[in-house]
Amino acid sequence: MENLHQNKSFWSKYVFSTDHKTIGTQYMIMGMIMAGVGGYLAYVFRYNLAFPGKSIPFYGMLGPQAYNAFVTIHGMIMVFWVGMPVLLSALGNYLIPIMIGSDDMAFPTVNMLSFWIFAVSALVLIASFFVPGGAFGGGWTMYPPFSAQGYVNHNPNFFTALFSGTSLLILAVALELVAMLMGGINFLVTTINKRAKGMTPWRIPVIIWFINIAAVIFMFSVGPLVAGAFMLLFDNVLGTGFYDPHRGGDPMLWEHLFWFFGHPEVYVLLLPSLGVLAEIVPVFSRKPLFAYKTVIYLALLSAFLSVLVWAHHQFVAGIDPRMATFFSIGTILISIPFAGIFLSYMATLWGGSIRMKLPMLWAIGFIGLFLVGGLTGLFLGSNTFDIYAHDTYFVVAHFHYTLFPDIFFGFFAAFYYWFPKFTGKELNAKLGKWHFWLTFIFFNGVFFLLFFNGLAGQHRRINDYSSFSLISREPYQTFEQIATVCAIGLMLSQFIFLYNFITSFRKGKKAVKNPWESTTLEWQSDSPPPHGNFNPYPEVHRGAYDYSLPEAKEDFTPQNVPNVN
Amino acid sequence: METQQNHLTIPIIKIPQGRLGMWVLIAGELVIFGGLICFYLLNRIRYPHWGDMAAHTNTFIGALNTVVLLVSSYTVVRAHQAALKMDVAKVRLWLSCTLLGGILFLVDKSIEYAHEISEGFTFTSPKLVAAGDHVGSLFWSYYYIMTGLHGAHVLAGMTVMLIILIQTRKGKNMHRVELAGMYWHMVDLIWIFLFPLLYIAK
Repeated sequence: MENLHQNKSFWSKYVFSTDHKTIGTQYMIMGMIMAGVGGYLAYVFRYNLAFPGKSIPFYGMLGPQAYNAFVTIHGMIMVFWVGMPVLLSALGNYLIPIMIGSDDMAFPTVNMLSFWIFAVSALVLIASFFVPGGAFGGGWTMYPPFSAQGYVNHNPNFFTALFSGTSLLILAVALELVAMLMGGINFLVTTINKRAKGMTPWRIPVIIWFINIAAVIFMFSVGPLVAGAFMLLFDNVLGTGFYDPHRGGDPMLWEHLFWFFGHPEVYVLLLPSLGVLAEIVPVFSRKPLFAYKTVIYLALLSAFLSVLVWAHHQFVAGIDPRMATFFSIGTILISIPFAGIFLSYMATLWGGSIRMKLPMLWAIGFIGLFLVGGLTGLFLGSNTFDIYAHDTYFVVAHFHYTLFPDIFFGFFAAFYYWFPKFTGKELNAKLGKWHFWLTFIFFNGVFFLLFFNGLAGQHRRINDYSSFSLISREPYQTFEQIATVCAIGLMLSQFIFLYNFITSFRKGKKAVKNPWESTTLEWQSDSPPPHGNFNPYPEVHRGAYDYSLPEAKEDFTPQNVPNVN
Repeated sequence: METQQNHLTIPIIKIPQGRLGMWVLIAGELVIFGGLICFYLLNRIRYPHWGDMAAHTNTFIGALNTVVLLVSSYTVVRAHQAALKMDVAKVRLWLSCTLLGGILFLVDKSIEYAHEISEGFTFTSPKLVAAGDHVGSLFWSYYYIMTGLHGAHVLAGMTVMLIILIQTRKGKNMHRVELAGMYWHMVDLIWIFLFPLLYIAK
């Protein structure tokens, strides 16, 4: 097997590879590149918000149309082209086969195809900036009628409508969803069918459970949106009337479709990250995960509730108030399973002998920041408050306090934790600490003050507040400037991470097989794991979190150890 | 590699990998069509006028196509039975019959589309829109997107079956006959929903 791998050419080894670790790397690198693009867009429009009317370094002047396009594509990229590939695809591809003790995914070729469709979707998205009229600027939710103007504006030129920013965006999203669907099929089949001997369901590590639950939520909620996205494309290009009230259609249908997918989507992003915490917190507390089974049941409950909350995004869209009450209750209910999961992590910390290593720092930072996001979510979940706060900076600050810890803190925790395993090199811990503290401080600097801007009524889609003298008042403009300075700091501190990544990868100290002394199967393989992962294949004898067993000599007992005595 | 893996990793639920993957794929596909059917139903309840439009669809061809698909589902089951016995000649015979069913279905569908388009009922139906019948034109948009997506699935199923027909020439990949059959049944099942919704409910 080893020879087989080495005989492969550069193209089949690194580019069109079917190895799950290589595909995981491809997804991760692609996600990082897209995060760079999304970050650059954020830099441009944040600079514009702080210093309206000034020329922006490295960009130039930003008009209102371009401002809205930048905000729209920033949101799109961060959710679909950073969060999804990094948290679901990269973590899923890296971890599922190796943590269940298998050699590869169930369908390696489908896996490769999934990545390349994803890569094409990213290119289509970037291309949408360079067509006449520029990228779509109607918000990442793509509500019609704004996203269905192509036929009206370009009629009868079919190709202009097809190659407009709007159509390319819809197409890119549809392609991305197809890629993730193929990945989801792979995750589920691999986990059901390719586990090592003895890896019974209640011995599977929480992260594998969570990634699979996320894949199920995704596959259940995305189907109608795939159909709906093509309907929107036809509305935009051919002039059908699916979402046009004048033609008998209904724009609310799109809002329901989008959020029927879009809200479960945030749990698709959240669950893999929570899984990362479930792996890291026990290892660095030297204690078994508190209430392992309950955590999984809670995740299943949240998966069920996640498809019952979507219309809380539409409280001001004219839905029936009785329905709004139902969705308010659902939204507040869904905080219960997540509170339970976080409680389990805190109970795991309680009385543990905590090792404050880098992954643990990010994990604890995640818990702290997500608390702010989760608590403000309770306010927004209630429709009475949401009607006031809708589309203000309060909402912006809220979802950045949930998604930023989720995507970035979750990813960095996973990255610092598994880097020694997958590269065989150690990271520079000192640089890592600088990276963590700067990211943590600057992130709070960007978004904490924006809560106050939101409560003061500032609206998120206005590019220049100086033309609205009544609401443009101090200290809110100063807050915007502080946020922008911190945002630039936040982006600059990511270069520490990049530097650390590249130098450690090239010249880092050689890592040992199991540097964190953890129990799960991936640490029992070599660092980096060879093609095929294990030799011989492990047999599982115990659950994933056997730390500090009283009868064992060491304070961790790997899953493949048959007998502690 | 194959033998080593079978030897060392023992699946807990003993479903062949391809079959399990196909079930998950079918689950994903059903949600896509399920969504479309829901949108259709909501609009159908909202607009009784859609019944008048459904009267223009050709129930005879629709019924004929239902029969064609059901028969082709039967033939694919026979192909699967033959594949279990590793009877290459029979597999190829029954798979060809199924392919023929698919071709017949698409021919019928094309005749039907041609007829409807000649009457002015197209994807956007400019004739109806010009006459002020916007709601009617929306019916045809739904009609074409539902039958069109279904037709694309028929075509995909036929492509897969053609590939398997070529592969089984030397008795290779016989287990794939079952997978193509499962997909084909799904295509059939979706049509069983589309037929009453678009052709019978007037």
